[in-house]
Amino acid sequence: MSQQKDWPLWEVFIRSKQGLDHKHVGSLHAADAEMAIQNARDVYTRRMEGVSIWVVESKHIHASNPDEAAAFFDPANDKVYRHPTFYEVPAEIKNM
Amino acid sequence: METIIEKSLEEVFEEKIANDIRIEPKDWMPEQYRKTLVRQISQHAHSEIVGMLPEGNWITRAPSLKRKAILLSKVQDEAGHGLYLYSAAETLGTTRDQMIADLHSGKAKYSSIFNYPTLSWADIGAIGWLVDGAAIMNQVPLIRTSYGPYARAMVRVCKEESFHQRQGFEIMMTLCNGAPAQKQMAQEAFNRWWWPTLMMFGPKDSESPNTEQSMRWKIKRFTNDELRQRFVDMMVPQAEFLGLTVPDKDLKWNETKNGYDFGDVDWEEFWNVVKGNGPCNKDRLSARVKAHEEGAWVREAALAHAQKRAQREAQA
Amino acid sequence: MDLHHTPTPAGQEYLPEKRALLLDYTLQLADTSLILGHRLSEWCGHGPILEQDLAMANIALDLIGETRSLYQYAAELEGQSRTEDDLAYLREAVHYKNPLLVEQPNGDFAHTILRQFLFDGYHFLLLQQLQNSPDQRLAAIAAKSFKEASYHLKWSSEWVIRLGDGTEESKARLLKAMDHLWMFSGELFLMTETEQQLAQAGIIPDSASLLPQWEAHVAKVFAEATLEVPQNVFMQKGGKIGRHSEHLGYILTELQYLQRAYPGLEW
Repeated sequence: MSQQKDWPLWEVFIRSKQGLDHKHVGSLHAADAEMAIQNARDVYTRRMEGVSIWVVESKHIHASNPDEAAAFFDPANDKVYRHPTFYEVPAEIKNM
Repeated sequence: METIIEKSLEEVFEEKIANDIRIEPKDWMPEQYRKTLVRQISQHAHSEIVGMLPEGNWITRAPSLKRKAILLSKVQDEAGHGLYLYSAAETLGTTRDQMIADLHSGKAKYSSIFNYPTLSWADIGAIGWLVDGAAIMNQVPLIRTSYGPYARAMVRVCKEESFHQRQGFEIMMTLCNGAPAQKQMAQEAFNRWWWPTLMMFGPKDSESPNTEQSMRWKIKRFTNDELRQRFVDMMVPQAEFLGLTVPDKDLKWNETKNGYDFGDVDWEEFWNVVKGNGPCNKDRLSARVKAHEEGAWVREAALAHAQKRAQREAQA
Repeated sequence: MDLHHTPTPAGQEYLPEKRALLLDYTLQLADTSLILGHRLSEWCGHGPILEQDLAMANIALDLIGETRSLYQYAAELEGQSRTEDDLAYLREAVHYKNPLLVEQPNGDFAHTILRQFLFDGYHFLLLQQLQNSPDQRLAAIAAKSFKEASYHLKWSSEWVIRLGDGTEESKARLLKAMDHLWMFSGELFLMTETEQQLAQAGIIPDSASLLPQWEAHVAKVFAEATLEVPQNVFMQKGGKIGRHSEHLGYILTELQYLQRAYPGLEW
């Protein structure tokens, strides 16, 4: 048996009633996935914050490298045409 | 070559701080910044956890079912806050177990306020009103602290904390409007908690070794003395509203500074409580150590079971 | 607004005799969730790990919430303008009607888990049926608490499995807890006269009839936990008719202290 004594760390993602996406809310320790989900419910939804929970062991998260932030994200800066407000819509046109 | 790169990383870091851009876990940061944060966040987390004890002391004796439910959920919130904060500190590369070990060995500190005993039900009101009031004053600026995970944890903490002070004030108001015995209970609790609460803002600025660097790095946004003054100015009118007498003969409105002058905290007591000589330091720490040690077999069993199950699933 | 409006006491549709039975039963349920909630709340700040501290406080809060709804209903049934707090804080141990199981001390985490597990299975099955009671108030309280009890049962079942099939120590501790607590499980399904009459009238479920389902769940969880179901254990009883263990007096001494020391005040 391994010498590990700490329960592993899990990242918690919660979808709120109004929310469309699961959002990262924090982390916690749990011995297994089932317990992590229950703990997430007990810790992060005490005020009816959520309707759906995802957990993933923190060691499985791969993050983008902050040193490459410029290379990763700056190119999107000048692609304003991806945003709906870029386009002018005549006032008479509703529901677009 | 190496020094040039180091310098440029530091410049990037300083630039972010100057422009109020949050520092995130994988960003380069000066070692001292990391250490300061681990110390401050873990101290904050420990305070939440140790802080459960004086209030938890009254859960089984709460005077009505409504008060019992409120108090239990408040103390439970504190466990939640401790958890958010430990998680934030863990992003800096320190495990929760390490932080807990530091607490138990006496290496890490927690807020001294929790080394005072809760003697009557009014203490629960006084803690909510005064201690949580002071905590909020300390904490709200931390929403803008420079380290991202800490700031995000604080958003959550402050959002949840808002009911804590109100329930404390409500308890005090009920007691102050109640029978003479209740009013007396409230005044006595106020007398006992007022000075220790003022100590919560930490030593005088002139004697606070960490303040200057923390302010520069925007970990802290106001000095200890600034916050203490604000707190007194906010609380005195509330005490008057309740009909309670502030236990400070030097308290006086100062027109020119548009704030109260108030007496000096007993700094000898302050430093002694910090050093471990408060009335409950030993009880608090031994209660935490006991819970942790007696929980060891539970944590081991859960892990052992998870491993067995994973093995069985791998074989299936 | 009509300031002189007095709410019609609940249970007016019942004859006085039946209303008294219903009051008796509602108090039994309320006392039960109060005492167990009280016990669990003793853990707050002392749990084996922060995450489980929060979990136990949540369950305690659910139980206290259920307690309040039940006492409020009981107070209305009684119709003597007593409040939920009067019922909780001003009754003597011998008038408390909770089964013996829930007043047993927390002991170690294994004791607490086993006590919770034995209770949760019963609570779950009872509330599941009670949701269909023709008594609207009990049915509504049961429907709300049933959702909570489903979660409690899941939580305690999983912990029994973890501790039973965990380490040697955790198993030994669970077996020791079994030795202390199993003998209190029978009373949960033993019907008092009140329960029998109300069950016959179709107002509450026949709790004896819940036993086979409870046994099946226990057997399933114990099998996974590599535990054997104890056989031929002499069952304790008496709590439901006021014959308690010595523990209850101390619980109430603490619980009722302020209300007893300062009678009639608002807090």
